[in-house]
Amino acid sequence: MTKWFKREKDNLQSAQKRDVPEGVWIKCPACEAVLYSRKLERNWHVCPECGHHMRMEAPRYIDLLADHGTWSEFNEQLKSLDPLGFKDSKRYVDRVAGSMKKTGRNEAVTTGTCAIDRHPVVLAVMDFKFLGGSVGSVVGEKIARAIDRSLELKHGLVIVSCSGGMRMQEGIISLMQMAKTSARLTRLADAKVPFISVLTDPTTGGTTASFSMLGDVNIAEPGALIGFAGPRVIKQTIGQDLPEGFQRSEFLLDTGFLDQVVPRRELKSRISEFLTWMNGRGS
Amino acid sequence: MKDFVLEFEKPIVELEKKIAEMQELSAGGEVDISDEIGLLRKKADTLRKEVFSNLNRWQRVQLARHPRRPYTLDYIKLVADRFQELHGDRSFRDDHAIVAGLATIDGTDLVIVGHQKGRGTKDNLFRNFGMPHPEGYRKALRVMRLAEKYDRPVVTLIDTPGAYPGLGAEERGQAEAIARNLFEMSRLRVPILAVVIGEGGSGGALAIGIADRVLMLEHAIYSVISPEGCASILYRDATQAPKAADAMKVTAPDLLEFGIVDELVPEAFGGAHRDREQTAANVKTAILTRLAELREIPLPSLLEQRVEKFGEIGVFDE
Repeated sequence: MTKWFKREKDNLQSAQKRDVPEGVWIKCPACEAVLYSRKLERNWHVCPECGHHMRMEAPRYIDLLADHGTWSEFNEQLKSLDPLGFKDSKRYVDRVAGSMKKTGRNEAVTTGTCAIDRHPVVLAVMDFKFLGGSVGSVVGEKIARAIDRSLELKHGLVIVSCSGGMRMQEGIISLMQMAKTSARLTRLADAKVPFISVLTDPTTGGTTASFSMLGDVNIAEPGALIGFAGPRVIKQTIGQDLPEGFQRSEFLLDTGFLDQVVPRRELKSRISEFLTWMNGRGS
Repeated sequence: MKDFVLEFEKPIVELEKKIAEMQELSAGGEVDISDEIGLLRKKADTLRKEVFSNLNRWQRVQLARHPRRPYTLDYIKLVADRFQELHGDRSFRDDHAIVAGLATIDGTDLVIVGHQKGRGTKDNLFRNFGMPHPEGYRKALRVMRLAEKYDRPVVTLIDTPGAYPGLGAEERGQAEAIARNLFEMSRLRVPILAVVIGEGGSGGALAIGIADRVLMLEHAIYSVISPEGCASILYRDATQAPKAADAMKVTAPDLLEFGIVDELVPEAFGGAHRDREQTAANVKTAILTRLAELREIPLPSLLEQRVEKFGEIGVFDE
């Protein structure tokens, strides 16, 4: 296996460390090359030295995929409530408020319509920065409504996943979002509307075990962590270290759970290729 | 295992032992102590009522995991006239953590699919503690498709700590197997009834939990992550599980309140393990009643309503 998707440390809490502060030099976590942040951003957060894909926020994915000026967001007004009155070291409502402040967005998924290489689509992009991209009521509802919109417009659906799984602060209600989204996808399939699932680093837990794995084609960025159980849980269960590259995109391609591994720069043209075939030549 | 008693069951069980001893003594016929026995019985009843009408969430979690609690095969034996187990996913191997087969209950042919825990160490290793691998979920789906082919309803019995988090499970696509079941069960063209009989452990439970009606035994639990898992993430200490169980509200009454389940099925007084026959009889009645109800719904509405049922779950501000 090539070196550039190998992660130095088995540490999932690296989201904050990986943020790119404005106008500073940062080190690539894979090859340790020192990079100017502006340059990195222009390169869609892919290390120009080794090709390591760093996390990228939802608005940048929209910039990457949507044709200029075609993006129109919907359901951005949906906000989380606190059905359980959940509190650990912090109250759930405060955690949500903190994430809203940090990201400038209301929830861990952004949904809207746009065109990808002139193919009209419904696009949903998840955001790890918002409570680990966890799926609670709002994310579930926004995905479900994106599916409905897709069905109504007969426009293909593209979901870019980036999520640690279901949001435990909403308890069983969040678990049921797996059922909600998967059930809704049957309508899309029965109506023969395309669904392309893009998995990015990381996509784990109930997210992988529901809509993320249900695309007509499932593609992933290089080196992304993709699985059901997180590596730490597996390590604890089996009491040994995990093999190199385990649960990375290339491993899933090998074991037969991904159709392709696609570099970020090629995502748009690849999705467009698929849609051209799926929509038929006329469109 | 046979005599396993939970801490809060102890005073009751001790009283019962004493009553049994006294009965033996009185059967000897030397002294008449029937009054004393009657008094003790009353005391035991009162004590049990007291304990069981004030169960806290952690006590319910313990009851749901009680090693003497009836499991899927116990229920099958008690409710079905006939049962033929079917093995294997036709692709990799047979997963013993999931039991699936062709059953008849009171003359109604149906398919039963359930998680299966083991009793004792050896059996538990065989059953992998009721934690399925992907092939278990694929076997479940294969047998549910048979139900569809023969137009028979499906009853699933949910009782798992969760899907197994191991190397092989990930290699063979645990996530895909669960996702596939959620998807295919959502459009399976026969009625589906799910009953949570013990532990509803996260995605591993939901993978056979998409249904037209979801019932739950009185002392069963259902949660997005195990209380231990939640505690070790949020409080960095798995021993805080009771606190996590409270925070996540994992008990049957909680789920009824959230509208996640349609009905609570009463267990024998003191928990399902105290009287399996009684509990199984209640389960059987619930299954037959609900299946009769589902049979009346035309298939297109049934499928529509199934998707809507889960579509309605969610609490948010708009």
